[in-house]
Amino acid sequence: MARAVTQQRKLINTAIAWGIGLLIFFPILWTILTSFKTEATAIADPPVFLNFDWTLENYTAVMERSNYAKFLWNSIIIAGGSTLLGILVAVPAAWSMAFVPSKRTKDILLWMLSTKMLPAVGVLYPIYLICIKFGLLDSRLALVVILMLMNLPIIVWMLYTYFREIPGEILEAARMDGASLKEEILYILTPMAVPGIASTLLLNFILAWNEAFWTLNLTAVNAAPLTAFIASYSSPEGLFFAKLSAASTMAIAPILILGWFSQKQLVSGLTFGAVK
Amino acid sequence: MGQIKLNQVTKSFGDVNVIPPLDLTIEDGEFTVFVGPSGCGKSTLLRLIAGLEDISSGQIQIDGQDATNVPPAKRGLAMVFQSYALYPHMSVRKNIAFPMKMAGIDEAEQNRRIESAAKALNLTDYLDRRPGQLSGGQRQRVAIGRAIVREPAAFLFDEPLSNLDAALRVGMRLEISELHKRLKTTMIYVTHDQVEAMTMADKIVVLRAGNIEQVGSPLDLYHNPRNEFVAGFIGSPKMNLVTGAEAQKHGATTVGIRPEHIDVSTTEGTWKGRVGVAEHLGSDTFLHIHDTGLADLVTVRINGDIQVSHGDDIYLTPQLDKLHKFGADGLRIN
Amino acid sequence: MATQHSRSAARLMMAPAVILLLGWMLVPLIMTLTFSFKKYLPLRGGDLGWVGFENYTRFVTSSAFWPSVVATLAIVGGVLVITIGFGILLAILLNQPMWGQGIVRILVIAPFFVMPTVSALVWKNMFMDPTNGLLSHLWRFFGAEPVSWLSEASMTSIVMIVSWQWLPFATLILLTAIQSLDSEQLEAAEMDGAPTFKRFLYITLPHLSRAITIVLLIQTIFLLAIFAEIFVTTGGAFGTRTLTYLIFQRVLEAQNVGLGSAGGVYAIILANIVAIFLMRIVGKNLDA
Repeated sequence: MARAVTQQRKLINTAIAWGIGLLIFFPILWTILTSFKTEATAIADPPVFLNFDWTLENYTAVMERSNYAKFLWNSIIIAGGSTLLGILVAVPAAWSMAFVPSKRTKDILLWMLSTKMLPAVGVLYPIYLICIKFGLLDSRLALVVILMLMNLPIIVWMLYTYFREIPGEILEAARMDGASLKEEILYILTPMAVPGIASTLLLNFILAWNEAFWTLNLTAVNAAPLTAFIASYSSPEGLFFAKLSAASTMAIAPILILGWFSQKQLVSGLTFGAVK
Repeated sequence: MGQIKLNQVTKSFGDVNVIPPLDLTIEDGEFTVFVGPSGCGKSTLLRLIAGLEDISSGQIQIDGQDATNVPPAKRGLAMVFQSYALYPHMSVRKNIAFPMKMAGIDEAEQNRRIESAAKALNLTDYLDRRPGQLSGGQRQRVAIGRAIVREPAAFLFDEPLSNLDAALRVGMRLEISELHKRLKTTMIYVTHDQVEAMTMADKIVVLRAGNIEQVGSPLDLYHNPRNEFVAGFIGSPKMNLVTGAEAQKHGATTVGIRPEHIDVSTTEGTWKGRVGVAEHLGSDTFLHIHDTGLADLVTVRINGDIQVSHGDDIYLTPQLDKLHKFGADGLRIN
Repeated sequence: MATQHSRSAARLMMAPAVILLLGWMLVPLIMTLTFSFKKYLPLRGGDLGWVGFENYTRFVTSSAFWPSVVATLAIVGGVLVITIGFGILLAILLNQPMWGQGIVRILVIAPFFVMPTVSALVWKNMFMDPTNGLLSHLWRFFGAEPVSWLSEASMTSIVMIVSWQWLPFATLILLTAIQSLDSEQLEAAEMDGAPTFKRFLYITLPHLSRAITIVLLIQTIFLLAIFAEIFVTTGGAFGTRTLTYLIFQRVLEAQNVGLGSAGGVYAIILANIVAIFLMRIVGKNLDA
């Protein structure tokens, strides 16, 4: 649709959109700015916007709390582990459904989705009990497995959508060329699906990183990730705005950056392909 | 060696019977074309031979060995797909090398075969490109190259030219024929285009609804079509089929006469009609004749040119020795 | 395209995912169902035997039940109205020609990537704190009395926080839907003489209806389950105890597993009602 839009119209659009965009983004921006202030400046009235003495003392303070690195590490292990494990389980399943569809494929896919809709709170105690029974309460392994299971439907679904776009003839050609099933998946399908697998990884890493029901309820000290670390600020400690901001910034920065890359996949991933 | 034999092969998808019991032998070194309208089961038949689909019952033999339950990779057949099915993430060289890599052929031998295939197929300059950077004809040649290097017992082609434009198609047709003459390997070629079938085949298998209508050499099919369907399907323009009183005169339910076997006159002849559209090809002229009282439209092929105008009266005379007669069951009467 | 061989391979490769999910669904579900028919107090005697439907009746007759339903509906309803309403407006705005569209898009989407505990805490302390929060500074600037957001306007505050988190999701999906609208349709309507607002009403909005339904259903499922936002802000106080939070309190804080499990079954039924509609849409899309 090539049509001349008056510069004036475009200018107005730009101004409104940027205004609203910045308003929505403001809490994040404010958090980042506050993280560089001293505690006194952070609560100053009237608030100081940019002209303050920038300091890194909050970051050092947060880092010095001996356990911050551990929380971060737990987040990485839990989000990364659950995502990788999920991909490992999901790739063969998605291959089957995309390339050897049967009458039941659709039902299986929908059923998988339906498990995603079970409210976590409905099964909180059983999971809690199982964790205790196997000595997995407050362990990273439990969370890796639980978050993997939680996101597995989305992972299968996303991969299925990507695989379906790969023409079946190419896989048949590989079969004719003498490739075994393993070689077919390893040499042909996986390399062709790399972009799809990458975006699936990304989105599910983000979802697992931000998950805050199981991570809050099943961890205490050892396995607690950043969600729990931040939640610990809900005590009066939270009144140290600058330190809270520094900790928050560190918890969300990596994901904001990853999220920026994944915005396209976000839509089809979270709507199970219903909106493209 | 590459003799392929189908014994009482059937295929059904659920309740739908695609291939009723079918027997067919393809001799070693033969260029066999499966031809038929879309949905006739010709691609399914090819995929059964390839092993990409299971047969529901019956037996497939390759070189006298039962191959019915042998997976595609182990049948020693190579296939060229309609979409070429090149691996988009590999260079042309890697594409061609892939089947040899799977077969565990050593690298020196791989390179030797790649070089010779590339030379034969004019791909030497493109070996390091990706399929996405090639034209349709070049991709087709890569797909053929990938098939050749395996030195298969037989080549299977699934409508390989249908994605090419008309000019390229004629060129590739010749290249594939040339390849067959040189390699003398069995080839099975599926197409819906009877011109491809006529020009390339040693043996044509005409299929309709999973049934073999006729097997024979191109000229055999042209001169002696076994039934009305083959008569109408083989030959271009299509044979004129006439029913009713005119057919009865010759003791048949239907008579067929090819457009090239009708003589034309502006003054006298057996049938009278009115000139419709005239298609001038230079070498030939196709006249479409209305109001003959025989069929809706009678097509006539004339060598060279003829000066007639739309709406002129015209007289047609069939060459009686070239008349094909068919009975009520559609079968040929001799 | 399948042989017996590839079909059995397919079944084998699907097995891990299917078995895992089946276990993940059935084992806890059956346990929850079992507990819900028992008097089960882990810290006060443990399993005290079957009690029939007593937990179910007690859960719905407790004084906390109806307020929690009201709170849940208020939060879900409020957030849905805000996110979808503003989402449509924002999507239309972002679809207009402008400078720096990509950057604005990122600014708008960003809140979705902020972990729930962070956004809840940042809002709670840095914005809604009655003495030092930014909003209280703002109120004072205009000479007004600062509001104790999370105690005096607790519901509004939580709806605000959650809406801020979910607005990006709604916007992004609606924007994607708007962009898939064939511009020729709008041009045809324009040629037919339809003014801007009518074009929106008769062309754009119907085109968006499917996306709106999907946003509605997906958000409902997630919003029914919001937890961290309440956990770190009010802890369920000041009328913000949702059904999810009530069950959480019954199970883990009061350690009344039987009662909590009965509540859990209610929550599962509720979520399934919404899920059925969502699955219908998704399923239809699979056939296409």
